[in-house]
Amino acid sequence: MTSNWPLPWNNWKKHLAIIDLSIAKDKKMSLDLKYTYTEKKDTRSGFGDGFLEAGRRNPNVVGLCADLIGSLKMGDFQKEFPERFFQTGIAEANMIGLAAGMALGGKIPFAGTFANFATGRVYDQIRQSVAYSDKNVKICASHAGLTLGEDGATHQILEDLGMMKMLPHMTVINPCDYNQTKAATIAIAEYEGPVYLRFGRPSWPIFTPTNQKFEIGKAWKMIDGKDVTIFATGHLVWEAVVAEAMLREEGIHAEVINIHTIKPLDTEAILESVKKTGCAVSAEEHQLNGGLGDSIAQTLIRHNPAPLEYVGVNDSFGESGTPTQLLEKYGLNAENIVKAAKRALARK
Amino acid sequence: MKKQSLPELQKICSQLRRDVLRMVHAVQSGHPGAPLGCAEFFVALYFDQLHHNPNFQMNGKGEDLFFLSNGHLSAGWYSVLARSGYFPVAELKTFRKLNSRLQGHPATHEHLPGIRIASGSLGQGLSVAIGTAQAKKLDQDKSLVYVLMGDGELQEGQVWEAAMYAAHYGMDNVIATVDYNGQQIDGPTEKIMDLMNLKAKWEAFGWEVIETKEGNDLAAVIAGLEKAKSLTGKGKPILNLLYTEMGYGVDFMVGTHKWHGSPPNDEQLALALEQLEETLGDY
Repeated sequence: MTSNWPLPWNNWKKHLAIIDLSIAKDKKMSLDLKYTYTEKKDTRSGFGDGFLEAGRRNPNVVGLCADLIGSLKMGDFQKEFPERFFQTGIAEANMIGLAAGMALGGKIPFAGTFANFATGRVYDQIRQSVAYSDKNVKICASHAGLTLGEDGATHQILEDLGMMKMLPHMTVINPCDYNQTKAATIAIAEYEGPVYLRFGRPSWPIFTPTNQKFEIGKAWKMIDGKDVTIFATGHLVWEAVVAEAMLREEGIHAEVINIHTIKPLDTEAILESVKKTGCAVSAEEHQLNGGLGDSIAQTLIRHNPAPLEYVGVNDSFGESGTPTQLLEKYGLNAENIVKAAKRALARK
Repeated sequence: MKKQSLPELQKICSQLRRDVLRMVHAVQSGHPGAPLGCAEFFVALYFDQLHHNPNFQMNGKGEDLFFLSNGHLSAGWYSVLARSGYFPVAELKTFRKLNSRLQGHPATHEHLPGIRIASGSLGQGLSVAIGTAQAKKLDQDKSLVYVLMGDGELQEGQVWEAAMYAAHYGMDNVIATVDYNGQQIDGPTEKIMDLMNLKAKWEAFGWEVIETKEGNDLAAVIAGLEKAKSLTGKGKPILNLLYTEMGYGVDFMVGTHKWHGSPPNDEQLALALEQLEETLGDY
C-alpha cells in the first residue's frame, strides 16, 4: 500500500508548479488578500516539527508509526529519541492497542499513519481501547482528503472527521497550514485525553503566524465581515481567505472563521458570528455527511436557523489527480466558496 | 500479600465459581462457561503470583499488571478482584445492572478499581498489554504484565500483529496465557475455525511457549505460572497454553460450548451450587 511513496522529486516539483500556475491563472495573486504567504510547506511537516518540539519538552512523549515514518515526517523525532520511538510495521490495529497500553502506563503516545488507516481501518480499536477507555493517545493522521492527490480514492479518506467526532471523549483537530499544525501538535501533547489530529500532504501556503498559541476548541476569527460567515477547516481555510478577497471585490464582506477544532466545536463563536451576518458557508475537505458542516448545521438549527450552504464532497469517492485539479473538480476551491456564499446571501 | 496454602486457595476457587453462577443467574445474562474454567488461573494469579496493589493506581508503576482480553469472562474477573480487596464483595450483586461499575464487559468508564482498559471486542488486549509492558521498559520498571486471551479469540488478526511485535521488540516482561478450552460460542474451535498447532504457531512467531496441561489443577496452574515467570527477562515474550475445561466445577456444564453465553435457571443454579462449597460467604 505504500509502494508509491515518496513520489520522485521531479513529480513533486511539477505539482508545485501546477498549483502556482493555477493561482496565477485565477489572478489570485492580484487580489487584496488579508493574509498572504511567502512560503509553502506541507502540514505534515508542521506535525513532524511540532512532534519533535513536544518530545523535547516532555520526556513522556513517545512515537509509534506503521511503516510511514518518512511520509509522516516523524524521522527527526526518531533520530533524536530512538528509545522513545516504535516502528510497528504495517499493523495499525496493533499500533492503536500499543498506544493505549503506553498511555495507561503514563506515556503520551503519538501514533502516526495515513488518515485512512488511522481511522476506518482501526475504528473499533480506537473506540474500545482509546475513546471508551479514555486513554491519552494522540492519533496523528496524514494524507487526509482529496489533496493527497495521485494515489486516488483508496487513500483519500473523506469520512474520518465524521467517524472521529462521533466517538465520545474524542477531540478532533484539523489545522490549516504548517504553522498551525505545528502549534496544534505541541498543544495536544499538553492536553490530557484522546485526540485525532488531521493533516495532509500537499505543499500549502503558510499564512498564519509562526509560534502562534493554539487553543483547543477555540475558533479563530481571521477576518471580520458583516454579510456572510465562512466557516472553514484544514486546507480550505486558505481557500476561504482567497474567497473573502474575491467577494470583497464584489462588495460582499465575508467573515472568515478558522474552525481548527471540529470537536469540541466552538458553538459560541459560530452563533455570535451568524447572529451578525445572518448566513453562513461551511468549507471542508470531507464528505458533507458527518463533516464540519453537519456540526455547524446542528448548532444553527437549535439556536438560530439561518441559511447555511456547504462546500465539501457530496457523497462521492475521490480519484487520482493533482490537488488543485481535485479541489476544482470536486467543488472545494475558492470559486466554489464564493458561489456558496452568494447562494447563502440570496436565502437571507 | 501473605501467600496462602493450596487448600485455602482452593476454597477461593469454589467461592469464585459460586459468585460467577449467582451473578449471571441474577441478571439472566452473561458468560458462565469460560470463567468457571479459568477459576484456578484467576485465583493463582491474584492470590499467589501477582505483585500487585489493590489500592488501585491506573498507571500500575512498580506492580505486576493483568489484562483480560477476552472480556466476556468479566464475572470471574470481578469476583477475584472483589475477593482480593479491590472493591467491596457486596458490589458483585450489581453486575450488569443499571448504574453499576460492573459492566457486562470490563470498562474503565465507571472507574472500577482493577480495570485499566475496556475489553469485550476481541483481539485487542494483547496489544494493550504489550504497550504497557513497553512503557514499563522505558521506565526501567522490572514488574511483569500478564494477559489472558481466549483460544477462539486467536482467530482475530490483531493478535498475530501483536505477537509479531512482541517478539521483534523482545518483550520478555509479557506473560500471555491462552485459555485453551477448545470451545467458542458457536461450537468447538476445531469445527468453527481450526487453530491447528497453536504451540508451533506461537513458537514460529518467536515466543517462548509453555504448556499447562492441567489447567483446572491449582497446583499445576501455579507451577505453570512460576515456570513462565522464570522465563521472563530472557529476550522473548512468554506464551502459556492453559488447557482448561469450559464449565469446570459443575458436572452438567463441563466441556461444552452450551454454557459459553447462557445463564442457568433457578433449578440449574441450585443444582450447580450444591456442587460448590460456600467457603468465604456469598455476596
